Amino acid sequence: MYSRPKFLLFVLLLLVAGFGLTLYKHFALGFPLWPGERTQVWTIEAKIEFEAQGEPALVSFTLPNNPPGLVILGEDFASPNYGFAELNQSDQRRAQWSTRQATEKQTVYYRLDVYEKPGENANINNEAPEQIIAAEFEEPFRTAATTLVNELQQRSSDVRTLTLELLKTLNSDSPSQNIRLLLGDRPGESYKAKLAIKLLSLADVPARKVRGLFLESGRRRQALKSFIEIHDGKQWRLFNQSTAEEGIPEHFILWQRGGQSLLDIEGGRHSKVHFSIIENSHSARKIAVRSGEDAKAALIDFSIYSLPIEEQNAFKSILLVPIGAIIVVLMRILVGIRTSGTFMPILIALAFIKTSLLTGLFIFIFVVSAGLLIRSYLSHLNLLLVARISAVIIVVIGLMSIMSIVSQKLGFSQALTVTFFPMIILAWTIERMSILWEEDGPKEVLIQGGGSLFVATLAYLCMTNRVVEYLTFNFPELLFVNLACILLLGQYTGYRLTELRRFQPIADSGQITIDDESIAASDHKAADDNNVLHKS
Amino acid sequence: MFFTSPKQLHAHGIMGMNRRNVEYVAAHNPRHLYPLVDNKLKTKLLAEKANIAVPKLLGTLRYQHDVRDLHSQLLPHEKFVIKPAKGSGGKGILVIAEREHDVYFKPSEEAISHDDLERHVTNILSGLYSLSGTPDIAMIEAMIEAHNIFDAYSFEGVPDIRVIIFKGYPVMAMLRLATHASDGKANLHQGAVGVGIDLATGQALHAVQHDRPIYQHPDTQREFSELHIPDWDKLLPLAAACYEVTGLGYLGVDIVIDKNRGPLILELNARPGLAIQMANGTGITPRLKQIESLAQQQRTPEQRAQISRELFARIS
Repeated sequence: MYSRPKFLLFVLLLLVAGFGLTLYKHFALGFPLWPGERTQVWTIEAKIEFEAQGEPALVSFTLPNNPPGLVILGEDFASPNYGFAELNQSDQRRAQWSTRQATEKQTVYYRLDVYEKPGENANINNEAPEQIIAAEFEEPFRTAATTLVNELQQRSSDVRTLTLELLKTLNSDSPSQNIRLLLGDRPGESYKAKLAIKLLSLADVPARKVRGLFLESGRRRQALKSFIEIHDGKQWRLFNQSTAEEGIPEHFILWQRGGQSLLDIEGGRHSKVHFSIIENSHSARKIAVRSGEDAKAALIDFSIYSLPIEEQNAFKSILLVPIGAIIVVLMRILVGIRTSGTFMPILIALAFIKTSLLTGLFIFIFVVSAGLLIRSYLSHLNLLLVARISAVIIVVIGLMSIMSIVSQKLGFSQALTVTFFPMIILAWTIERMSILWEEDGPKEVLIQGGGSLFVATLAYLCMTNRVVEYLTFNFPELLFVNLACILLLGQYTGYRLTELRRFQPIADSGQITIDDESIAASDHKAADDNNVLHKS
Repeated sequence: MFFTSPKQLHAHGIMGMNRRNVEYVAAHNPRHLYPLVDNKLKTKLLAEKANIAVPKLLGTLRYQHDVRDLHSQLLPHEKFVIKPAKGSGGKGILVIAEREHDVYFKPSEEAISHDDLERHVTNILSGLYSLSGTPDIAMIEAMIEAHNIFDAYSFEGVPDIRVIIFKGYPVMAMLRLATHASDGKANLHQGAVGVGIDLATGQALHAVQHDRPIYQHPDTQREFSELHIPDWDKLLPLAAACYEVTGLGYLGVDIVIDKNRGPLILELNARPGLAIQMANGTGITPRLKQIESLAQQQRTPEQRAQISRELFARIS
């Protein structure tokens, strides 16, 4: 049957489950532990423009594929009059818009929402490089190129340093004659990247072009920046070809790898792509839920988030009830506050949430006092219990209507919220208080009524706390933790705070009986103490 | 000091409400036995079967049509008490101390007609006084005439003695006296006086009202130190015998002392309160521990009462 170790194990399991799931959701799914944590979301818009020639048009555009360090939140391909298809070819993702007939200037949009998450997609695209074919140069470029590569190879120890040296040389302020020859008169970015890859192929280093965008808010009409990536025998390394910095820069989206075209257009000409970037912040939780849904994380797929919004809102308040419950448990077991009806304070607190605290307190006190007056008349009639409570319910409804109408006429609309109080609970409260009044006197009514309102107010303050509200709804698994605490409190055998007051006269009387053997002896002695009435 | 420390309370062996609920009530009182004590009629019938002295049952009224027989049932009786079997806190108890044909008189000399009496019985049957509001049974009992010794200590009503019985052993006792402040009721939290009683002798030890020590009865000004419960050697075994009757390990037994019949069991309680510690000026926990450490031997109620009297003597 009951065994203490089993019980403790069970409690421990609940705690582990509760905290474990919470931490899992925090670290693996990115749920913030604190409300209002916001995440920067970058919205990148690619605007593709071209002049159509009155023929069917086909626009094919490279899309980012698992960009490292970023999570794609959503994409939008909407362009009027165009059919759309997404193609996945090996490691490339391409969007294809097509239309039967297009004339004049056409615009197609692609919109992408991403947020940064370090470590995401870090190991994607680590496939082995293709066979290298050394690039062909014509004379006099060939001599210049071989000389340059030989020089660089002497100065460097491995593939990485060779690349770094090459990029430094290419970007040098005072380029050597060889470089000037190779660069020619229009050292554009894209050209430089191509040249670097060609030179690296001479040194037998696999290299490819990478294009991407720096994420900076408010930028418009941006073009993709060229980077180069080399394979050092183990992995691909990314270099910024204009600064010779290694690695993926911060706030950067890697758009395309390899030499394939970014944009292909059939049935159009003068095509252009511009990128604009804006930054906006979203609540981190929303993002976690959205990306969790996309990833089909079971915890989210089978959670409250899968319910319709309306039911989610209902759950928001249902999940607060356990918070009220633990407050009641704490107040009764640890403090020893007497309340009328064990869980009545929670229901009152839920009503307070709807009415706001002060209005709620006022309405409650008014309805219960007026109800008590009327109930005292009913008690003269010697009614049966069910009939009596039914009568009280009708009285409560009458009071609520009068209160609403009068307050509406007088122009304070706050009292209209009286309808949020559960009337059956009000009726029972009145019934209990009235019996209490008859049996134990008005003092006890004040103690229990005050105790109930105090606990209800405390529960209200906890339940409306933003952090509590956030945690209960977003981490329902914390219910396990709550349950474990309540189970532990259920076995608490220590004193209540009020008992420290109640038994204080005994403790101050100075007679101590600690160990069982000494009881008889000390009790004999006690006969002489003032504790015994003989000589007092 | 307004508050004392938990350490102090522990050192005095005071038992708190949480410990009582978890370690004594929940652990020693199986739930299915509660109806035996919550229904006074059941308790009484069980006690009578076991030859335990109880106030005499004059009759019961179970159904509404029994109310017609009320008159004939009451005919031979001059003094009686009508009470609900499942009532609590003394609600619905009507004491008739005198009658003249069809006019009845309460101890306060308030007159009651036979119709009033019938209505009271109807209310009891319909469950007006039962805690859960379920239909109830009305019991007619012989009226208890309080022992003369209490005349000087009681404002109104019959004082009763609460004895805590743990595993069949009496562990603590207290006398409850109604006061003007408690409106003639023997409920301590309403202002009745609780007097701790020495288990060995039946001598008053210490008294409290509203959980604070007092030395004289607030209405009669009599010193409690002169109070001595009569028939103490009969009372304790009687209380101890309730253990066998109910099987409840942690039990509160309420006893009244009738002028003519001596100690009688009035009521049993499966959740006896903690105020008895206040009345005795000492904690109950060490005594409960002592009983627990006693060998689990079969003993008669008389033997157990004797052991408790020796163990818990306060006055030599």
